[in-house]
Amino acid sequence: MSDAPVVEVRELSRSFGAFLAVDRVSFAVRPGEIFGFLGSNGAGKTTTIRMLCGLLAPSAGSATVLGLDVARDADALRRRIGYMSQRFSLYTDLTVEENLRFWGSAYGLAGDRLAERSAWAIDIAGLADRRRTVVRELPGGFRQRLALGAALLHLPAVVFLDEPTGGVDPEARRRFWDLIDELADAGTTVFVTTHSMDEAERCHRVALMHSGRLLALDTVPALKRFFPAGTVVEVRAPRAARALAVLAELPWVSDAALFGEQLHAVLDRPERRAELEAGLERAGFAPVAVRPITPSLEDVFIRFISDAERTTAAGSSLPGPRSAVPGSRAGGRS
Amino acid sequence: MIRRTLAVAVKELLQLRRDWRTSLALLGMPMVLLLIYGFALSFDVEHVRLAVVDLDGSSASRAAARAFTESRTFDLVAFGRDVRELDAAFDTGRIQAALVVPAGYGDDLAAGRPTSLQFVVDGSDAQTAGTVLAYARQIVAGISPVIREGGAAGPPVGVPLVWYNPDLASSRFLVPGLVAFILMVTSVIATALAVVREKERGTMESLRATPLAAIELLLGKTLPYLLVGAVSSAGSFALAWALFGVPVRGSLLWLAVVTLLFLAGGLGWGVLISTLADSQQVAFQAGLISAMLPTLLLSGFIFPISSMPPALRVITHVVPARYFLVALRDIVLKGAGPETWWLQALALAVYGGVVLLLATARTVRSL
Repeated sequence: MSDAPVVEVRELSRSFGAFLAVDRVSFAVRPGEIFGFLGSNGAGKTTTIRMLCGLLAPSAGSATVLGLDVARDADALRRRIGYMSQRFSLYTDLTVEENLRFWGSAYGLAGDRLAERSAWAIDIAGLADRRRTVVRELPGGFRQRLALGAALLHLPAVVFLDEPTGGVDPEARRRFWDLIDELADAGTTVFVTTHSMDEAERCHRVALMHSGRLLALDTVPALKRFFPAGTVVEVRAPRAARALAVLAELPWVSDAALFGEQLHAVLDRPERRAELEAGLERAGFAPVAVRPITPSLEDVFIRFISDAERTTAAGSSLPGPRSAVPGSRAGGRS
Repeated sequence: MIRRTLAVAVKELLQLRRDWRTSLALLGMPMVLLLIYGFALSFDVEHVRLAVVDLDGSSASRAAARAFTESRTFDLVAFGRDVRELDAAFDTGRIQAALVVPAGYGDDLAAGRPTSLQFVVDGSDAQTAGTVLAYARQIVAGISPVIREGGAAGPPVGVPLVWYNPDLASSRFLVPGLVAFILMVTSVIATALAVVREKERGTMESLRATPLAAIELLLGKTLPYLLVGAVSSAGSFALAWALFGVPVRGSLLWLAVVTLLFLAGGLGWGVLISTLADSQQVAFQAGLISAMLPTLLLSGFIFPISSMPPALRVITHVVPARYFLVALRDIVLKGAGPETWWLQALALAVYGGVVLLLATARTVRSL
């Protein structure tokens, strides 16, 4: 497979009336990688994926998928990509086989090839003994894998998955991601959106989206190296919520946030740990335990968002955080 | 293209088969409606309260009165010798019509001189009055030849004979219109829901990500309902024949052709609504209103188009039932061939083509 990017996006924007859903986003996806698009609801993930599948015209900028322009060659594009929309995309009142026959035909498959690909999809979904079952009666995990199989019937080189594991239990979610790994190993490029940090950890590279902007793009380890070693700490203290308020006042603490019963905070230097412990105890929060932790993707995500919001609030139109992305952009597959 | 269209049609049929409630409604509803409306909606007039005022008192005048009272249409409620009594009887509603035989009627007939009978009808209900008058003419026409045989020079009154529907049964006239009305409503609603359902379930987004073209999707969606519509049309015509004695005088083949053209237009209109509406509820109501009202009011089903104001008459040209009704009455009642109604068939074909084209354009643009 050539190294030309499978997806190439340049200054892509989409507005709905006055609302800018996607704001000058640029990135490239390499062949065979699992490319994660991480962001909260309304970050512009679905809008971007719909533009890349030729379902929504960009307002400005351009994007190519497999060398085809998404605005001009939408028809040719649809023959060569797979797409699994956010909403469940199978007919719940049809059986497993009927669904596959229909979606295969819609993608132009027929005869032996349709039969062979349907058998493959039934196999990866683990539905060999339930091919005549009406989809409505299948558990969520099976449905999700079947929907993925249906989106891959025509062997697309790239597949776009929009929050594919919504409403599925953790075990089914894990099996779904095992399937994504297998696909990528076999050379299929996977573009997947998620708002789950756990899922993002399984991607080769992750793009952080917030309010239509691309805040950062790198491998997960590289994103985590953004914080100098030892500066991300976990604080255990009684009355954590009150302690958080005290913590947030300290000038050398940034991105203090509550994670369950504990606090996470980012210090300007690792040496501040003792100072923090003493300070909180003086303020009446004894006993305090501060220990350095490996930052989670969520810590990184929170930092990028607060930086971005500070930049916006300061009236600067420069996309500061994007240039602050650390590490090599040549990360890629591990 | 054909393969993908068929794939959509097969899928739609499979879904229809699982959804037995909808299938039953689509197949059975037209016939149930025909049954209800066929009996309820009738312009036939019977048991009209009639007064006879015989100023002549001859055997000829009694024969004329008998011709009226023996028909099922009229019930004799009063017999008088003074015309002035009629006013009060009409005012109180005791009578709805009166037959006045003028003095000298019998003599005139015997002498072969032109003569006349006076027929008075309560015109406050114009529809009924018109029907009663028509019945009266028929009765007079019936007795005229007999009278003429008695040595008269000609019939006493000039009477146009009613052809094709000699007993003026409104069912003959109304049932074809009713069939058109019912088919329009069911076909529009069936497809109006078909596309919008995909939008509501979220499968539309996935369909659009496939190479499936808009026209393939829409044709595939329409075909199964055309089949269902054809079956329920056949049922409706059979029912019309069995229950209301509406014969199909023309060729069944031509009837099928015209009906299919009409159905295609209705289905196309439903698809167009479906591409515009965002929920099944909106689609259902838009389909119901847009199919029902024009078909009922502007097609010539109940109100003759020729008596509408010019502005309304122009609007009737985009109501497909207008064309279907003319062709249907031509085929069913007159047994006429395509040379009489080809223009109506053409109009139906154009209508179907245009709405399907609009729906396709609309689906493509919504991208």
